[in-house]
Amino acid sequence: MPRSLKKGPYVFHKLIKKVETQKASNKRGVIKTWSRASMIVPNMVGLTMGVHNGKTFVPVLVTENMVGHKLGEFSPTRSFKGHGGKKGK
Amino acid sequence: MARLAGIDLPRNKRGVIALTYIYGIGRTTAKTLLAKAGINEDTKVIDWTDDNIKQIALVLSEIKVEGELRSEVQLSIKRLMDIACYRGLRHRKGLPVRGQRTRTNARTRKGRRKTVANKKKVGK
Repeated sequence: MPRSLKKGPYVFHKLIKKVETQKASNKRGVIKTWSRASMIVPNMVGLTMGVHNGKTFVPVLVTENMVGHKLGEFSPTRSFKGHGGKKGK
Repeated sequence: MARLAGIDLPRNKRGVIALTYIYGIGRTTAKTLLAKAGINEDTKVIDWTDDNIKQIALVLSEIKVEGELRSEVQLSIKRLMDIACYRGLRHRKGLPVRGQRTRTNARTRKGRRKTVANKKKVGK
Protein backbone atom coordinates (compact mmCIF):
# COMPACT_ATOMS: atom_id res chain seq x y z
CA MET A 1 0.00 0.00 0.00
CA PRO A 2 1.37 3.41 -0.85
CA ARG A 3 2.18 5.98 1.76
CA SER A 4 -0.34 8.71 2.45
CA LEU A 5 0.12 11.69 0.14
CA LYS A 6 -0.41 14.06 3.03
CA LYS A 7 2.87 12.96 4.57
CA GLY A 8 4.92 13.16 1.40
CA PRO A 9 7.84 10.88 0.62
CA TYR A 10 9.85 9.48 3.51
CA VAL A 11 13.38 10.77 3.70
CA PHE A 12 15.46 10.46 6.83
CA HIS A 13 15.64 13.99 8.26
CA LYS A 14 19.40 14.00 8.71
CA LEU A 15 19.81 12.79 5.16
CA ILE A 16 17.88 15.79 3.84
CA LYS A 17 20.26 18.05 5.73
CA LYS A 18 23.29 16.23 4.38
CA VAL A 19 22.00 16.47 0.83
CA GLU A 20 21.31 20.17 1.18
CA THR A 21 24.71 21.03 2.61
CA GLN A 22 26.37 18.95 -0.08
CA LYS A 23 24.42 20.79 -2.75
CA ALA A 24 25.21 24.16 -1.22
CA SER A 25 28.91 23.51 -0.80
CA ASN A 26 29.16 22.15 -4.34
CA LYS A 27 31.56 19.51 -3.20
CA ARG A 28 32.00 16.18 -4.87
CA GLY A 29 31.89 13.24 -2.58
CA VAL A 30 29.88 10.34 -1.39
CA ILE A 31 27.11 10.90 1.11
CA LYS A 32 27.16 7.87 3.34
CA THR A 33 23.89 6.74 4.80
CA TRP A 34 22.30 3.78 6.50
CA SER A 35 18.85 4.98 5.60
CA ARG A 36 17.93 2.47 2.93
CA ALA A 37 14.24 3.16 3.40
CA SER A 38 14.55 6.77 2.29
CA MET A 39 12.89 7.69 -0.96
CA ILE A 40 15.07 9.19 -3.66
CA VAL A 41 13.87 12.75 -4.13
CA PRO A 42 14.59 15.02 -7.10
CA ASN A 43 17.24 17.12 -5.36
CA MET A 44 19.43 14.05 -4.90
CA VAL A 45 19.82 13.65 -8.65
CA GLY A 46 23.45 13.87 -9.68
CA LEU A 47 24.83 13.10 -6.24
CA THR A 48 26.56 9.91 -5.26
CA MET A 49 25.06 8.22 -2.25
CA GLY A 50 26.87 5.58 -0.28
CA VAL A 51 24.08 3.25 0.67
CA HIS A 52 24.86 0.76 3.41
CA ASN A 53 24.19 -2.85 2.55
CA GLY A 54 24.90 -4.22 5.99
CA LYS A 55 28.61 -4.38 5.36
CA THR A 56 29.86 -1.60 3.14
CA PHE A 57 28.58 1.59 1.61
CA VAL A 58 27.70 0.93 -2.00
CA PRO A 59 28.18 4.04 -4.12
CA VAL A 60 25.05 4.84 -6.07
CA LEU A 61 25.06 7.61 -8.64
CA VAL A 62 21.53 8.92 -8.55
CA THR A 63 19.94 9.55 -11.94
CA GLU A 64 16.60 11.02 -12.84
CA ASN A 65 15.08 7.61 -13.53
CA MET A 66 15.66 6.58 -9.94
CA VAL A 67 13.43 9.22 -8.39
CA GLY A 68 10.62 7.57 -6.49
CA HIS A 69 12.54 4.42 -5.71
CA LYS A 70 14.13 3.85 -2.35
CA LEU A 71 17.85 3.98 -1.72
CA GLY A 72 18.01 0.37 -0.57
CA GLU A 73 16.83 -0.90 -3.92
CA PHE A 74 20.20 0.02 -5.38
CA SER A 75 22.36 -1.60 -2.79
CA PRO A 76 21.93 -5.38 -2.82
CA THR A 77 22.29 -7.03 0.57
CA ARG A 78 23.02 -10.50 -0.73
CA SER A 79 25.68 -11.56 -3.13
CA PHE A 80 24.92 -14.91 -4.71
CA LYS A 81 27.89 -16.07 -6.70
CA GLY A 82 26.41 -19.34 -7.95
CA HIS A 83 26.67 -22.87 -6.66
CA GLY A 84 29.97 -24.66 -6.40
CA GLY A 85 31.77 -25.97 -9.43
CA LYS A 86 29.83 -24.73 -12.40
CA LYS A 87 30.24 -21.20 -13.58
CA GLY A 88 27.21 -18.92 -13.36
CA LYS A 89 25.85 -17.23 -16.41
CA MET B 1 -16.11 -11.75 -38.51
CA ALA B 2 -14.96 -9.12 -36.13
CA ARG B 3 -11.41 -7.99 -36.30
CA LEU B 4 -10.35 -5.60 -33.57
CA ALA B 5 -6.87 -4.42 -32.61
CA GLY B 6 -5.39 -6.86 -35.09
CA ILE B 7 -7.05 -9.84 -33.45
CA ASP B 8 -9.79 -12.09 -34.80
CA LEU B 9 -12.42 -12.46 -32.12
CA PRO B 10 -14.05 -15.85 -31.61
CA ARG B 11 -17.49 -15.63 -33.17
CA ASN B 12 -19.51 -17.89 -30.99
CA LYS B 13 -18.72 -16.29 -27.70
CA ARG B 14 -20.49 -13.58 -25.75
CA GLY B 15 -19.16 -10.10 -26.33
CA VAL B 16 -17.55 -9.71 -22.87
CA ILE B 17 -15.68 -12.97 -23.20
CA ALA B 18 -14.66 -12.45 -26.79
CA LEU B 19 -13.06 -9.08 -26.02
CA THR B 20 -10.82 -10.69 -23.42
CA TYR B 21 -9.00 -12.44 -26.26
CA ILE B 22 -7.33 -9.09 -26.88
CA TYR B 23 -4.10 -8.62 -24.91
CA GLY B 24 -4.71 -6.01 -22.24
CA ILE B 25 -8.42 -6.59 -21.88
CA GLY B 26 -9.83 -8.63 -19.04
CA ARG B 27 -13.36 -9.12 -17.88
CA THR B 28 -13.62 -5.75 -16.17
CA THR B 29 -12.28 -3.75 -19.08
CA ALA B 30 -14.44 -5.70 -21.50
CA LYS B 31 -17.52 -4.84 -19.45
CA THR B 32 -16.79 -1.12 -19.30
CA LEU B 33 -15.93 -1.04 -23.01
CA LEU B 34 -19.23 -2.63 -24.00
CA ALA B 35 -21.13 -0.38 -21.63
CA LYS B 36 -19.49 2.66 -23.20
CA ALA B 37 -20.29 1.37 -26.67
CA GLY B 38 -23.86 0.75 -25.57
CA ILE B 39 -23.89 -2.92 -26.50
CA ASN B 40 -25.36 -5.73 -24.48
CA GLU B 41 -22.50 -7.79 -23.16
CA ASP B 42 -24.38 -11.04 -23.79
CA THR B 43 -24.61 -10.45 -27.54
CA LYS B 44 -22.53 -12.99 -29.40
CA VAL B 45 -19.80 -11.63 -31.62
CA ILE B 46 -21.49 -13.16 -34.63
CA ASP B 47 -24.58 -11.02 -33.96
CA TRP B 48 -22.71 -7.71 -33.81
CA THR B 49 -23.68 -5.32 -36.56
CA ASP B 50 -21.09 -3.30 -38.44
CA ASP B 51 -22.18 -0.26 -36.47
CA ASN B 52 -21.57 -2.13 -33.23
CA ILE B 53 -18.08 -3.04 -34.35
CA LYS B 54 -17.35 0.54 -35.27
CA GLN B 55 -18.55 1.66 -31.85
CA ILE B 56 -16.33 -0.86 -30.11
CA ALA B 57 -13.35 0.05 -32.25
CA LEU B 58 -13.90 3.66 -31.23
CA VAL B 59 -13.92 3.01 -27.48
CA LEU B 60 -11.08 0.53 -27.91
CA SER B 61 -8.89 3.16 -29.52
CA GLU B 62 -8.86 5.08 -26.22
CA ILE B 63 -6.96 2.41 -24.33
CA LYS B 64 -3.62 0.76 -24.83
CA VAL B 65 -3.84 -2.80 -26.04
CA GLU B 66 -1.77 -5.41 -27.87
CA GLY B 67 1.52 -4.23 -29.36
CA GLU B 68 1.45 -0.79 -27.82
CA LEU B 69 0.82 -2.21 -24.37
CA ARG B 70 3.41 -4.93 -24.79
CA SER B 71 6.08 -2.42 -25.72
CA GLU B 72 5.13 -0.24 -22.78
CA VAL B 73 5.57 -3.19 -20.42
CA GLN B 74 8.90 -4.06 -22.02
CA LEU B 75 10.04 -0.46 -21.65
CA SER B 76 9.23 -0.33 -17.96
CA ILE B 77 11.09 -3.58 -17.40
CA LYS B 78 14.01 -2.19 -19.35
CA ARG B 79 13.97 0.94 -17.21
CA LEU B 80 14.16 -1.18 -14.05
CA MET B 81 17.09 -3.10 -15.48
CA ASP B 82 18.90 0.03 -16.59
CA ILE B 83 18.82 1.73 -13.22
CA ALA B 84 20.00 -1.53 -11.62
CA CYS B 85 17.52 -1.51 -8.79
CA TYR B 86 16.55 -4.69 -6.99
CA ARG B 87 13.58 -5.42 -9.22
CA GLY B 88 15.73 -4.84 -12.30
CA LEU B 89 18.35 -7.27 -11.06
CA ARG B 90 15.69 -9.91 -10.50
CA HIS B 91 14.44 -9.40 -14.03
CA ARG B 92 17.97 -9.78 -15.34
CA LYS B 93 18.48 -13.01 -13.50
CA GLY B 94 15.08 -14.38 -14.48
CA LEU B 95 14.02 -14.83 -10.89
CA PRO B 96 10.75 -13.82 -9.23
CA VAL B 97 10.58 -10.06 -8.74
CA ARG B 98 8.09 -9.68 -5.93
CA GLY B 99 9.78 -11.47 -3.08
CA GLN B 100 8.43 -14.96 -3.61
CA ARG B 101 10.39 -17.91 -2.31
CA THR B 102 12.91 -19.48 -4.63
CA ARG B 103 14.05 -22.40 -2.52
CA THR B 104 11.26 -24.38 -4.10
CA ASN B 105 8.74 -23.49 -6.78
CA ALA B 106 9.20 -20.29 -8.80
CA ARG B 107 9.31 -22.54 -11.84
CA THR B 108 7.38 -20.10 -13.99
CA ARG B 109 10.24 -17.65 -13.80
CA LYS B 110 13.10 -20.10 -13.61
CA GLY B 111 11.95 -22.44 -16.36
CA ARG B 112 12.27 -26.19 -16.36
CA ARG B 113 14.29 -27.77 -13.59
CA LYS B 114 18.00 -28.01 -14.26
CA THR B 115 19.05 -31.06 -12.34
CA VAL B 116 22.59 -31.02 -11.08
CA ALA B 117 24.18 -34.46 -10.90
CA ASN B 118 25.56 -35.44 -7.50
CA LYS B 119 29.14 -36.29 -6.89
CA LYS B 120 30.01 -35.97 -10.51
CA LYS B 121 32.33 -33.29 -11.70
CA VAL B 122 30.50 -31.48 -14.41
CA GLY B 123 32.75 -29.71 -16.83
CA LYS B 124 32.23 -26.14 -17.98
